Amino acid sequence: MYPTRFRYEAPKTLDEAIALLSDGGDDAKVLAGGQSLVPMMKLRFASPELLVDINGLPGLDYQSADGDGSLRVGALCRHADLEWSTVLKATQPTMAAAAPVIADPLVRNRGTLVGSLCHADPQGDWAAVLLALDGSVVARGPSGRRSIPVRDFVTGPFTNTLEHDEIAVEAVIPPARGSRAGGYLKLERRVGDFATCGVAVAIETDPASGTVTRAGIALCGVGGSTINATDAAAALTGKPLSPDVVADAADRAAGAARPKTDHRGSADYKRHMVRTFVVRILDAAAADPHTTQHTAPGKAA
Amino acid sequence: MTVVYDDLGDEAQSDVPVRRIRFTINGKKKIAEIEPRLLLAHLIRRGLGLTGTHMGCDTTNCGACTVLVDGRPIKSCTMLAVQVDGHEVTTVEGLTSPRELHPLQEGFKQEHGLQCGFCTPGMMMAAKGLLDRHPDPTEEDVRWALSGNLCRCTGYQNIVKSVLWAAEKLRSEA
Repeated sequence: MYPTRFRYEAPKTLDEAIALLSDGGDDAKVLAGGQSLVPMMKLRFASPELLVDINGLPGLDYQSADGDGSLRVGALCRHADLEWSTVLKATQPTMAAAAPVIADPLVRNRGTLVGSLCHADPQGDWAAVLLALDGSVVARGPSGRRSIPVRDFVTGPFTNTLEHDEIAVEAVIPPARGSRAGGYLKLERRVGDFATCGVAVAIETDPASGTVTRAGIALCGVGGSTINATDAAAALTGKPLSPDVVADAADRAAGAARPKTDHRGSADYKRHMVRTFVVRILDAAAADPHTTQHTAPGKAA
Repeated sequence: MTVVYDDLGDEAQSDVPVRRIRFTINGKKKIAEIEPRLLLAHLIRRGLGLTGTHMGCDTTNCGACTVLVDGRPIKSCTMLAVQVDGHEVTTVEGLTSPRELHPLQEGFKQEHGLQCGFCTPGMMMAAKGLLDRHPDPTEEDVRWALSGNLCRCTGYQNIVKSVLWAAEKLRSEA
């Protein structure tokens, strides 16, 4: 399968890339990891007239923990870089749990977190993770930089709020105010399949009292777009992680899911798995606030 | 060298957006003139005649087309050939010289790691990516690293054994 014919540009500076996008209008597309865009172009679901390959732009492959505790992930930081990241393992349990279960190892060597956010697939893992962490996307355009919270950035299936001449240059995860815990659990039929159901939970607790000071719960694969289960998260805030509190949050998360019965399972089953995953992540967080969880290879979720 | 491009009709006829790229494949420097929509797998198979890299699913699922780009295993059906401009590609033919077997190839022979052989080059290149980074992997590490490559014959057991065999051989040689 071949993509349709297109013009290809590989700019060497961000300004050059933005200028190309400005000229290209709606028919231009940014190419980063290409692990969703290239398949879509081969299937002719996407037929851009101009492809602006940003892989040659310098200094965008970073993942850096800032002095204030926030984490910044550049547009060319690959999933595999995050999977092997010691920074993530030490400070970002939800992200550290998600990175090894994105697609498959070969796709992880090319695909990028920022690209995944921009693609906004309802079954994409990173959008759920960054919603739970209240992250944001930094966009650069002709008129400068702006920061867009992920909850406003992903507006629906395959839809984001970037202007045609803007490039998402990094994702930012804000610092934790307390002790950070959480996880990401995904049910997939096999490695590399789209998520049957994915649950991202990120909480911050007061180390002295064990009370949850901030919570985020987000779901993928169980609705027409990524779901921010704000009601479930609110049920945790200001409370300790007792079994009753956990069960209540899990029920609310399951209630926020909008799954459809398909070849990956029935709607009831998927909703049940959302509830189960929320309980598993929160129980583990209650037992060990620094725990990280992911679906281990060869083991059923 | 003769190059033939698809005639897509009047508008495209006079303006095929051909680009010249320079890259290294299996240690040899090359220059190619290609259309940007050419996939890396097709540059390797048709342009260079290196047919060890296989096209299996053509949909980013099976990993038969796995090659190394700058040392990292990737699916060459899901990367544009134009993107290797300035980069280094290694295919299964680049594992060693034609007169000898690389420990990975020897391992697949010793442990009967293949039946039909279609997935084998991709398996070997994914395994090479692992062993270069992680010379002493556990069985679980090997399974994890090969989880993007499909085999429909072996049930994977012997493939995993083959890679562990190669890892041990490479360590003993080091």
